[in-house]
Amino acid sequence: MTDKVVFRKPQCLTDKAFLYCPGCSHGIAHRLVAEAIDELGIRGRTVCVSSIGCSVRCWRNFDLDVVQGAHGRGLAVATGLKRALPDKVVFTYQGDGDLAAIGMAETVHAAARGEAITVIFVNNAVFGATGGQMAPTTLVGQKTTTYPKGRDPGHVGMPIKVSEMLAQLPATAYIAREALSSPKHVLAAKKAVRRAFEVQLAGGGFAMVELLAACPINLKLPPVDALKWVEENMVRYYPLGELKSPPAAPPARAAGGTGVGATGGEGAGGRTCAGGGCQ
Amino acid sequence: MERTFMKGNEAIGEAAIRAGCRLYFGYPITPQNELLEYMAAHLPEAGGVFLQSESELAGISMLYGAVAAGKRAMISSSSPGISLMQEGLSFLASAELPGVIVNITRGGPGLGRITPAQSDYLQATKGGGHGDYNLIVLAPSSVQEMADLTTLAFELADKYRNPAMLLGDGIIGQMMETVTLPPAMDQGESKPWAATGCEGRERNLILSAPYTDQELMELNMRLQAKYARIKAAEQRAECEQMEDAEYGIVAFGISARLALAAVDDLRADGVKVGLIRPITLWPFPENAFRAYPKVRGYLVVEMNEGQMVQDVRLTVSDMVNGRVPGAAPTIRFLGHGGGYVPTATEIRERVMELARLLREAVGASEAVGAVRTASASGSVPAEGGRRTA
Ligand SMILES: Cc1ncc(C[n+]2csc(CCOP(=O)(O)OP(=O)(O)O)c2C)c(N)n1
Ligand code: SF4
Ligand SMILES: [Mg+2]
Repeated sequence: MTDKVVFRKPQCLTDKAFLYCPGCSHGIAHRLVAEAIDELGIRGRTVCVSSIGCSVRCWRNFDLDVVQGAHGRGLAVATGLKRALPDKVVFTYQGDGDLAAIGMAETVHAAARGEAITVIFVNNAVFGATGGQMAPTTLVGQKTTTYPKGRDPGHVGMPIKVSEMLAQLPATAYIAREALSSPKHVLAAKKAVRRAFEVQLAGGGFAMVELLAACPINLKLPPVDALKWVEENMVRYYPLGELKSPPAAPPARAAGGTGVGATGGEGAGGRTCAGGGCQ
Repeated sequence: MERTFMKGNEAIGEAAIRAGCRLYFGYPITPQNELLEYMAAHLPEAGGVFLQSESELAGISMLYGAVAAGKRAMISSSSPGISLMQEGLSFLASAELPGVIVNITRGGPGLGRITPAQSDYLQATKGGGHGDYNLIVLAPSSVQEMADLTTLAFELADKYRNPAMLLGDGIIGQMMETVTLPPAMDQGESKPWAATGCEGRERNLILSAPYTDQELMELNMRLQAKYARIKAAEQRAECEQMEDAEYGIVAFGISARLALAAVDDLRADGVKVGLIRPITLWPFPENAFRAYPKVRGYLVVEMNEGQMVQDVRLTVSDMVNGRVPGAAPTIRFLGHGGGYVPTATEIRERVMELARLLREAVGASEAVGAVRTASASGSVPAEGGRRTA
């Protein structure tokens, strides 16, 4: 009897275990990016710009050329790279603290310039790596270690809808938001991630996918409840779908082989981050 | 070789383009705007990319990306903007990336004013940002050197995979002189470590953060070994009339031009004085001091409150510790921050004062029949070096 391959690791992922907490959405996001790059056949000409957050060591998992930028400066680093290598594919992988707090200026200006970069924006509504402090995207009432009574809009304002904000800028080409909270949403997210690369390949401008993500450790919820929390609370404030898409862009082909639940991997239990303190 | 008449800031731009610089990032700030504007006008003509960044914080990270891609790239600013770049400089050093940074300094602290000053010496030469690292720092003192040291900065940055800074000031940046321009070069050797996409090779990683504690220790050891190689091979200084000198003036950049005028005046009066002009501020040219062990006193002249003088003291005390005590040269300082420019007359007077003090000190010790052991700071009264006017 011969074994039939029904599921395999994307070429763009190394054999190394994910180091994320059980139930963390970063693993799914990594897998979607790797699948999109594999499917488009662009691994050899793609450069990843990683950010500072729980995904700071995504180079262990992405089997790609990777440039590690300073906290929040991902889109400035990517600007330098893409301007130096206009024929290559450049993407950033950034958390919400990185992209929308300390790096907001770099983000807005790269978007305003229409840099031909793909942005994978993993919004888990919290600073994961440093142990669960408030992010600009933290929901009203959401408890964090710096605002244990919950976010009070009277004190710190409302969470920033980054995608809506960037969609206003004429030079952004593709802006979409999806959630990594259920198989249905992960499949939609996969299409959006792939589309964000296709837009760059077609010579389009700034393309960003915001992925609503779960950080169970800092939500202090079991993984399944954390996903439910994303779906019930984050999706309500951050509506899903394409906010902006180039009219002449190639139609998104059917996505194949999406590995829902890919966070598991070999490292599902081997959490090193424990939601705190390392960055 | 092409001879022309140019502003210092523009000479940097032209030399950079000829050195194969193909990406430039900058944010407006006086007194370096001519460089920004020169690159805007001429880099695209050379097939390069000029990009005005939204801030110096972003600009230095753009440079990081461009050099990670294996290209020669440059950024320029003035003091407050360079302060904003410190995060990026530390990252460049940690990731062992080249890249040329130009600081046409102004008077600080804070916003300060655009008056000429050399107050960023310590920031430039001691790393400036967090962690144990060094930039290669070159200090031009003429428009010609603005061009020549720009070329050198690109070469050294690539050779050692380390960021290199050109530290000028508003006077040299703004003044015009004749300059012989270097011939156009290609972009330097290809960089097999660059992140360009892994087609046909193993992937390349440009990382600032090592994975383990052990690797961080190894990175630090590797950096220190590299810095030791740079110290051994790349010290540069101009020594004028030092062969028979009893007194030495130490000055860099524009201050050295003024000091040289004082040397000529003093020599005409028969005073045996010379000039050591550090060209590499890091590595500090310690060897130049070791070459003249007979100097009895140094006058350090700077347009700041006393920054390079600290390196002169360290160098001299290391020399003294390594040999017979009793021969430590006396070190005096002339300088002021916030826009002060020394005059040749002032420098001359301070050298004469130093000579007089040393004569009196020798007379006093001979009078009591004892040879006193002098420390590095000397056996003469403590610092009186500040300009008081
Ligand atoms: C200049 C600087 N400030 C602060 C930090 C500490 N820090 C590391 S990651 C991080 C926040 C990360 O949050 P996010 O981008 O949302 O990523 P997540 O861990 O949630 O995926 C902070 C504040 C740092 N590394 N550098
Ligand atoms: S702290 Fe949160 S974001 Fe970080 S690995 Fe754990 S679950 Fe993921
Ligand atoms: Mg986050």
